[in-house]
Amino acid sequence: MKELWQLTAHEANTGLRSRDFSSVDLTKSVLERLNSVEPEMNAFITITEETALVQAKEADKRFAAGTATALTGIPMGIKDLIITKGTRTTAGSQILSEFVPPYNSHVNEKLEQAGTVMVGKTNLDEFAMGSSTEHSAFGSTSNPWDTERIPGGSSGGSAAAVSAGACLGALGSDTGGSIRQPAALCGVVGLDPTYGRVSRFGVIAFGSSLDQVGPIGRDVEDVATILDCIGGHDPRDSTSNPEPMPDLRHYLGREIKGLRIGVPTEYFVEGIEPDVKERVEEALLEFERLGCEIDRTLSLPMTKHALAVYYLIAPSEASSNLARYDGIKYGLRDETSNEIWKTVERTRAKGFGEEVKRRIMLGTYALSAGYYDKYYLKAQQVRTLIIQEFNEAFEQYDLLVTPTTPSVAFPKKQKINDPYAMYLNDIYTLPSAVAGLPALSMPCGIANGLPVGLQIIGNFGEEGKILQAAHAYEQATEGGNLLASL
Amino acid sequence: MTISKEQVQHLAKLARIEITDSEVKILASQLSDILEHFEALEDVDTKGIAPTAHPAPLRNIMRTDEVRDSLSKEDVLQLAPETEDGLVRVRAVLE
Repeated sequence: MKELWQLTAHEANTGLRSRDFSSVDLTKSVLERLNSVEPEMNAFITITEETALVQAKEADKRFAAGTATALTGIPMGIKDLIITKGTRTTAGSQILSEFVPPYNSHVNEKLEQAGTVMVGKTNLDEFAMGSSTEHSAFGSTSNPWDTERIPGGSSGGSAAAVSAGACLGALGSDTGGSIRQPAALCGVVGLDPTYGRVSRFGVIAFGSSLDQVGPIGRDVEDVATILDCIGGHDPRDSTSNPEPMPDLRHYLGREIKGLRIGVPTEYFVEGIEPDVKERVEEALLEFERLGCEIDRTLSLPMTKHALAVYYLIAPSEASSNLARYDGIKYGLRDETSNEIWKTVERTRAKGFGEEVKRRIMLGTYALSAGYYDKYYLKAQQVRTLIIQEFNEAFEQYDLLVTPTTPSVAFPKKQKINDPYAMYLNDIYTLPSAVAGLPALSMPCGIANGLPVGLQIIGNFGEEGKILQAAHAYEQATEGGNLLASL
Repeated sequence: MTISKEQVQHLAKLARIEITDSEVKILASQLSDILEHFEALEDVDTKGIAPTAHPAPLRNIMRTDEVRDSLSKEDVLQLAPETEDGLVRVRAVLE
């Protein structure tokens, strides 16, 4: 007999609907699990036990009244980059360590309307800048598969919590891989939606032309259900896609025979661990068995430039977005000077961590007089070329399949003092992010006791096709709901 | 591309972040290292290629100019480190 915290969200929904247990039972089981693993894991910045129990009671009323949704009563973790009205939202930073937002993000409004239960705000690299969740002002998060290792980042708290059973699903955000990379390293499913699919209203800005909120879940169906809930047009975000949201669950359980899959050679070159490559190759064989046409001749030569493009554009946007933290209107203020600029400069010196400062400086440099054309404009032009290359590929293929990361989860502190080595973790997740394309990561096996992630990239707006393929693969391999043994 | 210590100090000024001498040294070396890896971009032929600012297929999204509710003054002011008479108080701008 499974414990309630071990259920996927859709399994829990079935149990709640048939009154096998109540949402309060489910929430108590999850909170008990959360409290037992949290000392070792540190996946949460704020645990919202009281809110959770109030929401669970409300959820039970909705089941009684017949107004429950697919997510009513489901315990969720929310990345602490996402504004939650009345609940502290820190972005993993000292500068917002006591910030209690007076308004709600669009995505949290959607979850509240659906009747989910918030168990806490999850840990992240400060302002979502990082690939290991070690750059958090609230301490690093441990990977529940091996607590000596990092969970990935920046949504490391969300991925670790889902994987350990401390919540059934979570929201993350992806700028250059921040949902997919931790999902891969923690053995869960994560989806970075098409740019514009999910409103950024109330999501603390990092790289505005790249940021997207997306779901992390234990299996493909849960991820589809959560994206169905949070996606759709919101006039408060001017880049929000006005097209109606497709019914993503509709794509589950369908055959994938005849699907054309491109496998770009550039994702299998230097730096990939042999075991990771092997697991991905096995997954490709499975897709072949399911009737897909696999083409290994695809080459995307612009892939190698995505890292430079991303690490010029994202820090540039960040340097502008983070200018608002000045110690005047809200957030931390340094009190050691009576002069305005000293106050601003010391507030930012004290409030921002090393990586955030580094990226602000890098972005400031790329945007500064004399370097704008050489760096920022050039990066934006190469971004166009990356998009064109993907467009051409999608004339021939339905989906692209690659590894999510070149390696499994690495030991803590291994890359913390070498920023460029840390950036290299994102090489497979950056190209689709730069192009605004939807991409999912899902487990495709284990290497040396640690999960390996498979990435499926779709054309603009085609999350449905990605989920269709991912679900077919998951069903065929009896994957999904891989719980870490922590 | 090498970033000098003076350049780092100038960037810190532009970014309004106070930095220590040891931070200047580390940042000069780290930023130089990062930018060196980005040099390969120069080899990409981008003649006549339009820059992409964002990947959304949208242009000039407007909304109607109408009076709407906003956050209350009290809610906003209680977030400020220092207020006075219903206003945000700032430090001296001029000596």
